[in-house]
Amino acid sequence: MATAKIQLRPTASSAGRFGVYGGRYVPETLMAALDELERHYEKAKRDRNFQKRLNQLLHTYAGRPTPLFFAQRLTKILGGAKVYLKREDLLHTGAHKINNCLGQALLVERMGKHRVIAETGAGQHGVATATVCALLGFECVVYMGTEDMRRQELNVFRMRLLGAEVRGVDSGSRTLKDAINEAMRDWVTNVRTTHYLLGSVLGAHPYPTMVRDFHKVTGREARAQILKAEGRLPKAIIACVGGGSNSIGIFYEFIKDKKVQLIGVEAGGEGNAWAIMPRASAAVRQACCRGPTHMCCRMRLGRFRQRTPFRRVLIIPPLVRSTPG
Amino acid sequence: MPLRFQNRPALVAYLTCGDPDLAITMDIALAAIDAGADVVELGVPFSDPVADGPVIQRASERALRHGTSLLQVLELARKIRKKSQAGLIIFTYLNPVLRMGMEKFSAAAQDACVDGALITDLPVEESRDYLVEMQKRGLATVFLAAPTSTDARLQQIARASSGFVYAVSRTGVTGARQQMPEDAPKLVGRLRRYTDLPVAVGFGISTSAQFEAVGKFADAAVVGSAIVEIIERNPGKEAESVAQFVRQFLVSGRQSSALSR
Repeated sequence: MATAKIQLRPTASSAGRFGVYGGRYVPETLMAALDELERHYEKAKRDRNFQKRLNQLLHTYAGRPTPLFFAQRLTKILGGAKVYLKREDLLHTGAHKINNCLGQALLVERMGKHRVIAETGAGQHGVATATVCALLGFECVVYMGTEDMRRQELNVFRMRLLGAEVRGVDSGSRTLKDAINEAMRDWVTNVRTTHYLLGSVLGAHPYPTMVRDFHKVTGREARAQILKAEGRLPKAIIACVGGGSNSIGIFYEFIKDKKVQLIGVEAGGEGNAWAIMPRASAAVRQACCRGPTHMCCRMRLGRFRQRTPFRRVLIIPPLVRSTPG
Repeated sequence: MPLRFQNRPALVAYLTCGDPDLAITMDIALAAIDAGADVVELGVPFSDPVADGPVIQRASERALRHGTSLLQVLELARKIRKKSQAGLIIFTYLNPVLRMGMEKFSAAAQDACVDGALITDLPVEESRDYLVEMQKRGLATVFLAAPTSTDARLQQIARASSGFVYAVSRTGVTGARQQMPEDAPKLVGRLRRYTDLPVAVGFGISTSAQFEAVGKFADAAVVGSAIVEIIERNPGKEAESVAQFVRQFLVSGRQSSALSR
């Protein structure tokens, strides 16, 4: 594990820039689709009916609000801070992923598209995507590295059960990085009818902003819940970081609270220089990969290399710093 | 040096540099030029080539296995330039360029005497620094135009482009296709409204019949995956095989257009 100080910027400026990060770096073929998505998203944000429908689904289908649970025994064992757990795991499909999937699926409906593609690593985002597609009647294709498919067989089964087609990706490291590449290639080919339901705060604008917005409900609930339970804000919030959607979801509503420390924890790898990169500042440079400029784990020549995570759950090369993740 | 499209249609040949190695890429490039290619696009291999189909993906993997870098590709370009005056374009994804730095990249490109560059995943909106550095040095900036680009975007693309404009023949990744989609002539027609620059059509062109068809509405055709596949299939005789392909391709592809003149 490693930690890194992150400059938090609460809002994106024009063209989805967060300081030097963010932006849009994709082949020209996708630019019109990104413009279209941004337009629809901006409209939906201000559309009361859209927000009402989303909230209703979050409540009646996904199971929001999730409880904030005081972990009494853990608090005792750790012997310091009072520990509360925000139980996103109790949502339908077992993770926070459903927040963003429901939001984007409603946008797909607005755009009049009928085919959804997604990438998945461990399978959680794939399962959530397959679920919302089943709910709204979209065709669904999920790209997954064959190595990940082997490791996460149960999730592959769940996606198929929900009617999604899971396409194994055999190129490169056969993991999430390659699944994203393959999903991008599908999108660039079928962009006129297909929406790419990205599950992390990465990719080209408006994805990072949009994914953050669909997840910030977690932090909004947690803020109200902790104020009710303790009558004060927490000293710190700790979240795991993979693609960044979980952490930004809980962090976002607390960014303005300067006294609340926000701590992101990520898998650090297996010991060689680039794997422990958050501390190896020389290896952390501005990079651009599949959309925005990110802080990335890269080799000397500006290429991306698969990270070797501490635990084989979240395997993704770009460490997203474009939005605090 | 200005990019010249004296032949109609002109042939732009794409190579993934470093596949199988840089010395052979040099031989292939010179052989392709000798066989009649007007412009060579020197492709910089990248770990995540999202705009490329399987053929160029495989070539990139092979080239990266022995560490082919942007710097080495620029060095290769300089060596080719010493032996040929054909058009040379650095064809790359943004990240290696960003890593090197825009200023350093364009200075190195100028130093290598290439004509310009094309960055696949750099849309016009994000290209300000790149344009400044390249224009300062008189280097061409080739941008992609896609069938999905709106008229407003085509106008921006035309304005930012120099040398030529690269029209993507269809939505999708690089790689051979049987037919020329309807998208291409329409896109070139739309582009012509905004620019007098030559227009090259690429993505999916692998046969002389397609080349001939492109010649009817565009100034040049880009052939990439077809050439890269020949390199893959002919280990040990890459340069001869590519030269033979290019020669045949041009003879049959230009036959009828010559007759019609």
